[in-house]
Amino acid sequence: MFASKKTLFEKIWSRHVVANLDVSTVLLYIDRHLVHEVTSPQAFDGLRAAGRGVRRPDLTFATMDHNVPTDDRTRILDPISRAQIEALAHNCRQFKIRLFDLNDAQQGIVHIIGPELGLTLPGMTIVCGDSHTSTHGAFGAFALGIGTSEVEHVLATQCLPQRKPKTFQVEFDGALPKGVTAKDLILKLIGAIGTAGATGYVFEYAGQAIRDLSMEGRMTICNMSIEAGARAGLIAPDDKTFDYISKGNRPFTPKGETLDKAIAEWKKLPTDAGAKFDRTLRIDATKLAPQVTWGTSPGMVGDVTSPVPEPDKVPGYSKADVEKALEYMGLTPGTPMTDVKVDVVFIGSCTNGRIEDLRAAAKIIQGRRVAQGVKLMVVPGSQTVLKQAEGEGLDKIFKEAGADWRQSGCSMCLAMNPDQLKPQERCASTSNRNFEGRQGKGGRTHLVSPEMAAATAVEGHFVDLRRWEGNAR
Amino acid sequence: MKPFKTHRGVVVPLNRANVDTDQIIPKQFLKSIQRTGFGRNLFQDWRYLPDGRNNPDFPLNQERFADASILVTGNNFGCGSSREHAVWALTEYGIRVILAPSKKRDGGVVPAFADIFKNNALKNGILAIEMPSKEIDEIFEAITCYHGLHATVDLEKQTIVFHASKEFSFKFQIDQAIRERLLKGLDDIGLTLQKEEAIGEYERQHNPSPGAR
Repeated sequence: MFASKKTLFEKIWSRHVVANLDVSTVLLYIDRHLVHEVTSPQAFDGLRAAGRGVRRPDLTFATMDHNVPTDDRTRILDPISRAQIEALAHNCRQFKIRLFDLNDAQQGIVHIIGPELGLTLPGMTIVCGDSHTSTHGAFGAFALGIGTSEVEHVLATQCLPQRKPKTFQVEFDGALPKGVTAKDLILKLIGAIGTAGATGYVFEYAGQAIRDLSMEGRMTICNMSIEAGARAGLIAPDDKTFDYISKGNRPFTPKGETLDKAIAEWKKLPTDAGAKFDRTLRIDATKLAPQVTWGTSPGMVGDVTSPVPEPDKVPGYSKADVEKALEYMGLTPGTPMTDVKVDVVFIGSCTNGRIEDLRAAAKIIQGRRVAQGVKLMVVPGSQTVLKQAEGEGLDKIFKEAGADWRQSGCSMCLAMNPDQLKPQERCASTSNRNFEGRQGKGGRTHLVSPEMAAATAVEGHFVDLRRWEGNAR
Repeated sequence: MKPFKTHRGVVVPLNRANVDTDQIIPKQFLKSIQRTGFGRNLFQDWRYLPDGRNNPDFPLNQERFADASILVTGNNFGCGSSREHAVWALTEYGIRVILAPSKKRDGGVVPAFADIFKNNALKNGILAIEMPSKEIDEIFEAITCYHGLHATVDLEKQTIVFHASKEFSFKFQIDQAIRERLLKGLDDIGLTLQKEEAIGEYERQHNPSPGAR
């Protein structure tokens, strides 16, 4: 029967409805609640003020990432940052929440460690007071970012009132060309539909290019769903997903027979053939070029081979908004992007701070030097990634090229810690947002893939990775 | 939460699309563990010059918009980071109502507000009203014509009246559940806790513990 054909999202949604609240809102059960230091202190205060407790501390996990130093972790110089980190430690002690603090061997960016620890599993509902929670959708989970009032709500009730989003399937057909990555897929999509193009929707990403991606690549795509306005982004779990979950040191995954049973259940999650989406879009992956943002919104993006656009020729943006963006970015229309020189290159973040990202960047950097006058900073997403990378000798490759190899954290993605751009410094960044001032007041951010970032660090300006001789090996 | 029934105040324009939450409250102010103290840093990088003085070109600094409480802006307001600090900064400054347009694009609609921001606004009693582009354009125009334009928003009647020399008004649409919660100033957590039995039942049926599945 037609009605029985469900999408991946609908299957997860219907399994988590606790009660109907009104015509448009349900009470949704939350399987995992991830917490970090910036968006939680006021929520814990709210609980104390109302005399409420944490309903399920066993489903709640915390880490410190946004504020942490990436050089010397033994001392946090900024007293306000330190107070925030101490507040999280205090709150976790009081409410008996497992905290992965700065001394923990598995500390890291919340969206990197969730999957690493096996907290992120298919079919789950996952929330965190952070918009990039959509990352976890790569495992076929419904994962969404929430505000601090909602953090308090989930702490108190393990539930969240939710209006059902609409579904939006994006199919990336065919195989990706060499030099084109998961980051380019998502930037291309955001450019095509705009930064509010998917507001009110959840994405399901499908197609050969998605199936071909590793779990890390899938996380990169899902991570930036929010940059298109979507509440979440999902990818159907498959053997790669189960393989990732089954291997490695993941203390919170089910084991043995329980895991086998779980996998059998997870295999029922993918969208049924013939299920209807509210919206669909197909993109030919075989024709994609490496993407670079030129403006102050992730939707202000183009092929690296395209010049800086004319202000009146950007779909979805007013001439005035593009003019403001170009003025802020210090760019002149018509300039080839490959002529644009950078001062700083940042490799890291919850978008591209995973082991595979570092391997891809290291492969490009190996045996080369960072261009004169360019600073390259490499920040592993977690302690696990850091140790793995050091085990593989990637840190040496970066250091020999002249890069700064750091400790794990959010770092220059949002520049809450001392890792910041100076006014008018131009940065090729593997992070997720090129908003004004995002990486430091007056800083100019260009979003790119880790491979593009590495090649840019070597050349000192953007390059077309597909034709760059350094990518021949 | 304080109930929202009607509100009268000065209308201030911020005529840009895609105003992100990094812009509303930059990250260096997110280190506070309080809910208060964000108002003076609202729109920090636009509102103040590098030397710390007020930027005279920024509407919030202009005398005619002093004490403004109704913000009219472009579509996709509040995009980006989930930081509720953006809403706390707006409320502390005194903003109670935000008006923004939904826009047509490629056969779809670009909504007035980003998803998480809209939720955060609601939780803090800010009324976020989505209006047709044409009406927002008329409001922008009226602001340039009338010095210190006031408006009255009536959530019960779903109207907004602009007190220009010749008054004009619009009806607005809002989700009825959201309207109800704002009108009554309901505590969301309290409402959910009324369903405690259903939550317990759900937990018994689906064991959500780590390692259990």
